[in-house]
Amino acid sequence: MRHEIRFSGFGGQGIILSAVILGRAAVMYDNKFAVQTQVYGPEARGGASMSALIIDDDPILFPKVTNPDIFMIMSQEGFEKYGANAPESAVMVLDSSLVHSRPKCTYYEIPATQEAKQTLGRDIVANIVMLGALITATKIVGEPALEKAILDSVPKGTEALNTKAMKKGIELAAQSGSKNP
Amino acid sequence: MTKIEFWQGNTACAEGALAAGCQFFAGYPITPSTEVAEHIAAKLPKRNGVFVQMEDEIASMAAIIGASWTGARAMTSTSGPGFSLMMENIGFAAMTETPCVIVNVQRGGPSTGQPTMAAQGDMMQCRFGSHGDYSIIALAPATVQEMYELTAKSFNLADQYRVPVFLMADEIVGHMRERITLPDKIEQVPRRELEKGVLPFHPNENLIPGFATFGKGHGVHVTGLTHDERGYPCTTNPNVHAHLVKRLVDKIENARTAIADYDVINPDAEKVFVSYGAPVRTVQQVLHDRNTEDIGFLRLRTIWPFAEDALKKFKNVREFLVPELNMGQIAREIERHVNVPVISLPKLGGDLHLPEELEAALVVNR
Repeated sequence: MRHEIRFSGFGGQGIILSAVILGRAAVMYDNKFAVQTQVYGPEARGGASMSALIIDDDPILFPKVTNPDIFMIMSQEGFEKYGANAPESAVMVLDSSLVHSRPKCTYYEIPATQEAKQTLGRDIVANIVMLGALITATKIVGEPALEKAILDSVPKGTEALNTKAMKKGIELAAQSGSKNP
Repeated sequence: MTKIEFWQGNTACAEGALAAGCQFFAGYPITPSTEVAEHIAAKLPKRNGVFVQMEDEIASMAAIIGASWTGARAMTSTSGPGFSLMMENIGFAAMTETPCVIVNVQRGGPSTGQPTMAAQGDMMQCRFGSHGDYSIIALAPATVQEMYELTAKSFNLADQYRVPVFLMADEIVGHMRERITLPDKIEQVPRRELEKGVLPFHPNENLIPGFATFGKGHGVHVTGLTHDERGYPCTTNPNVHAHLVKRLVDKIENARTAIADYDVINPDAEKVFVSYGAPVRTVQQVLHDRNTEDIGFLRLRTIWPFAEDALKKFKNVREFLVPELNMGQIAREIERHVNVPVISLPKLGGDLHLPEELEAALVVNR
């Protein structure tokens, strides 16, 4: 089944890397197909950053995301630009420390940036916290697959921190559960 | 053991070049092709290859021509504005029959246009962009897998036919990441070395001369001027010029069938899509969603020389529909070969045709 995932936040949060890691997890470790695309423009430098990922059990033909059913949103501007019109059937994981609006679909409130800063000591891993929450909310890839893809993609010396961040996200999503509008 | 990767198209292009034995890369970074150069710059020196970031694309093209004459498999990559600068030396490569690979990750033009958006606006430029008559080979990838495979294939075609080969990608295929299955081995077809006692531009039965590699003891003069079989300038003899230029064209056009690479899907259909590059993906989606055999599809990987025989495989065709990210460059080429209407479906601005746009084109009564 085809799933279309939209990632948004601001430049520097690792929005594009998040999509690359999740796509890598699906392809390399869950034997699925994935296509990752992104916006290349001046808005990626400080403004709203956007990336998109398609995951499917079968080869992906049309490569662009047109009707996302999963959203990972990490900034208010990103919510307004890419998340506000999420259909009611979608699932959204949002960073509740940065996004104050709520969507019309099922959502998970994950204070990823706050937790990354306070509990883990580095706000740079907020996107990894979000990925942990995202797979808990959607089961789009398995936890071992995500962990391997994260470890493939992060700088040497940060492996333990990133694994901890992923587990934190899984824990937060399991604790908070989903909310409906 | 086959290996799965999740790669960007431009990375796959660079890896395809390395797998094909590319030993020399000269280029100047330009969006949306930069990742090709970036990836090769990191890898090639570790394999005893040479990477040079040149002062511009004119010099890049000159450098790969020089490298090729030393026997190296040589490549450059660029996009529209750089491609325009390369045109003069592309003509020199065609005239001197220098094998080389030019990757063009196409973006919106003319001029600097849309650096980060996809287009297929250089399809005619790669065929006719330099002055004078000549022929070249051009391939167009539609997947990350094909970015790898067709780049590797470009090197073989360049060496086999002694001609510049163009990999005409686009921003969509260049920048997207997707699953790729790496083949165990890339077959390398070697360049045929000039035999002793044969003149350096004396062709074989396929109209292709053996290659007088620099440093291998051949005495050879290489010039863009019209030359005789010794390679010496011979610019006022009409027969020498006519013979040479006709051979440069015929060596490629006569091999049209051998070079052709395409898929024919639903050959009994009355409405037939023809596409190449990123729009292939939309056509595939439309055919998949309809799940019927009433719509045909000619999916081209070789663009030049144009596989005109492929059009004849659709015996019942009443119209060809040609979605392109340009104003109908290949649609016009198709028009020249068929007696049924050719409907150009241009899309400008950088976005890919949506499946519903192509479905809408199918229901129009013409």
